[in-house]
Amino acid sequence: MRSSHLNTLALAASLLALGAAGALAQDRDTLRLGMQLEPPMLDPTAGAAAAIREVTYANIFEGLVQIAGDGSVVPALAESWEVSDDGLVYTFDLREGATFHDGTPFDCSIVQFSYERALAPDSTNAQKGLFEPIASTECPDPYTAVVTLSQPSSRFLFNMAWGDAVMVAPGSAETNKTNPVGTGPYRFARWVQGDRVEMTRYADYWGDAPAIENLVIRFISDPSAATAAMLAGDLDAFPNFPAPEALPQFENDDRFTVAVGATEGEVLLSLNNARAPLDDVRVRRALAHAIDKEAMVEAVQNGLGTPIGSFSTPASPGYVDFSDAYPFDPERARALLEEAGAAGASLTIHLPPPAYARRGGEVAAAYLQQVGLDVELVPIEWAQWLEQVFRGYEFDATIVAHTEPRDLDIFARDEYYFNYGSEAYREAYRRYLAATDQEEQAEIAGELQRILSEDQPAVFLYALPKIGVWRADLEGLWTNQPIPANDATEARWAQ
Amino acid sequence: MPRYFLGRTIALVLTAFAASLVVFVAMAVLPGDPAAIILGTGARPDTLAALRAEMGLDQPVVWRYLDWIGGFLVGDLGTSYTYSVPVADLVAQRAAVSLPLAVLALVLSTLIAIPVGVYAASRRGRAGDLATMGVAQVGVAVPNFWLGLMLVVLFSLTLGWLPASGFPGWEAGLLAGLEALVLPAFALALPQAAILARVTRSSVIETLGEDFIRTARAKGLSGEAALWRHAVPNALIPVVTIMGLQFSFLLAGTIIIENVFTLPGLGRLVFQAIAQRDLVTVQSLVTLLAVSVIVVNFVVDLAYAALDPRLSRGGAR
Repeated sequence: MRSSHLNTLALAASLLALGAAGALAQDRDTLRLGMQLEPPMLDPTAGAAAAIREVTYANIFEGLVQIAGDGSVVPALAESWEVSDDGLVYTFDLREGATFHDGTPFDCSIVQFSYERALAPDSTNAQKGLFEPIASTECPDPYTAVVTLSQPSSRFLFNMAWGDAVMVAPGSAETNKTNPVGTGPYRFARWVQGDRVEMTRYADYWGDAPAIENLVIRFISDPSAATAAMLAGDLDAFPNFPAPEALPQFENDDRFTVAVGATEGEVLLSLNNARAPLDDVRVRRALAHAIDKEAMVEAVQNGLGTPIGSFSTPASPGYVDFSDAYPFDPERARALLEEAGAAGASLTIHLPPPAYARRGGEVAAAYLQQVGLDVELVPIEWAQWLEQVFRGYEFDATIVAHTEPRDLDIFARDEYYFNYGSEAYREAYRRYLAATDQEEQAEIAGELQRILSEDQPAVFLYALPKIGVWRADLEGLWTNQPIPANDATEARWAQ
Repeated sequence: MPRYFLGRTIALVLTAFAASLVVFVAMAVLPGDPAAIILGTGARPDTLAALRAEMGLDQPVVWRYLDWIGGFLVGDLGTSYTYSVPVADLVAQRAAVSLPLAVLALVLSTLIAIPVGVYAASRRGRAGDLATMGVAQVGVAVPNFWLGLMLVVLFSLTLGWLPASGFPGWEAGLLAGLEALVLPAFALALPQAAILARVTRSSVIETLGEDFIRTARAKGLSGEAALWRHAVPNALIPVVTIMGLQFSFLLAGTIIIENVFTLPGLGRLVFQAIAQRDLVTVQSLVTLLAVSVIVVNFVVDLAYAALDPRLSRGGAR
């Protein structure tokens, strides 16, 4: 399958050259979006797959608060909220008149149920950690929810906007995996497994009705098939287009809009900081000097993507640019390796399936060999990556994208696959969480990025771009991707 | 005949059982925890444990096998870990795409290959033979996914006659369903037809050299009549063997073709289920596929017996 994939990728170019020039068929009542991966199920509170959110977030399910396309936290099922001065008590004013698609009214008991379900001992919420600061959820009246935290968490509101924290009703929570029932503007119609999910406008939606009545999301995994489907007019939009090498074709075709935006995803050459010689900061810095990140972006992403130097992207609030901290300098890299006694050391890089890892691995290996390292590339599947690298810590280095937004906490965890045990970082992170003042928080965020840039527990390569392709007469889709989602509720046809 | 039939049936059951065991053991030793895949990188250990318990993964391995195979025997294929629906439903939905596709491809390849092979044999060594076998040689070498993409370029992008990918579902109408299957069926059928045509040609040529053909010609039959009435029927055994093997290849070929054309068939289901460590689905599905291949081989064996009565009497071939 892999070789066929590569071949089909290579073929995309020849395929594109012959693209049809005819007008695209149009049904103005239906918006047809393409996605590369099919979600395994449709309940964002029971699985981590980004594809679940890319189908359901904002369309079917809503939380108390929501992330907008610009990355800000906006009201959803909570009209407004107040935070106590000590940062411990959040009082949400809930929207009256909102209902689930099966008619169940939304009120404070739903909030209580949703949060307590996520925290229960038998909870299978993939991000249970988001809810851990919650000490209690109380309902002084049906439209007021009072959430008390056990310790202040400056990230709490943002976290409650994640797909994992959407509101679910007791009567439908167990069946949401196959028949999602939320409060959003679109109600689930059907799922043809392996092919598409269909939704229609929910008539009793509390807010503004979406402009387009039907939403169909189709799953096309092969990049050249995705290109063909767009060119043939089978789809109206591919918000995360998987074939960057095919973009010139769309850019030069006035039937299409190409929108390149930012994500909060960082592509890293993650290192096992507990293993020699990577336990020596000089070696890690040498790796950072050895790789030409610009050239990697060019080779892997067709030049789309921004080189970074620490664990943040230009799309994140509080981003500090450290991309010049380790300029490409093979001589310096060699000298650092020499100094650390690691000249000619061998390094194994595990590569999960996405193109950014497989192609990126080859580029990285070429650069690391230039400074005298003996590099072995090991391609592995996701399942194996999770088991061996992520949970087993049996690796030297791996290339992976961390797409969760504002996830500086992963370097502060006691146990995480980087094996990065910096007390200075943990201490700073505790202050970051406790900071209630925005300015202070941004300042500490910068400090955290500086520590990571100095320590290079991973070589921070580049920020993952979001490449969207859609019909020129379609408006209202997200250009940036602050969290995994395809919010189609603002989409409309240009007049 | 009954003894031949009984022997074959016992072999069938034992092979199917062995296949189920191999699949189960392979999935059991494969690294990768289905719960970890569902919950991803943010999961806490207690959440993982809760999900593993919910999926029955905390049970001993022998018990899991017995539980699964016991259900399998009474038609309960289990519940998919990832899709959370019964595997039997998934298989039924997907088979409604893959089986028509495989049958269509098999019919197409047979309809193309046998006349071409017989024609080439009848023109042995002459221009017609060289031309058709030259084309067949290319057909053997062409990978089906590449052919699939070329068909898309021609018929979907350039001519706009057929959809580039996807499947509207049979409820959208027979015609719409067939439209979606035509290109993938040709992509699957043409390389198979090339192989089949070559086998048909050499088998017919071999038969044409037999004594009974000379006898048929000697008693006054025309070359054409001897070919169709005597040579072709006698040349069919190797052709049927290859067709039986090809059906297995068609099932395997659908994994790639279904990805190229984004068809929601069994091949894509297997592919996804393995990547996601959806153990129950993989076990049930691969065992089902193994059983179907075994059954096809069984039918081929029976077809031999019908084509060559000496086989069922236990005589030497």
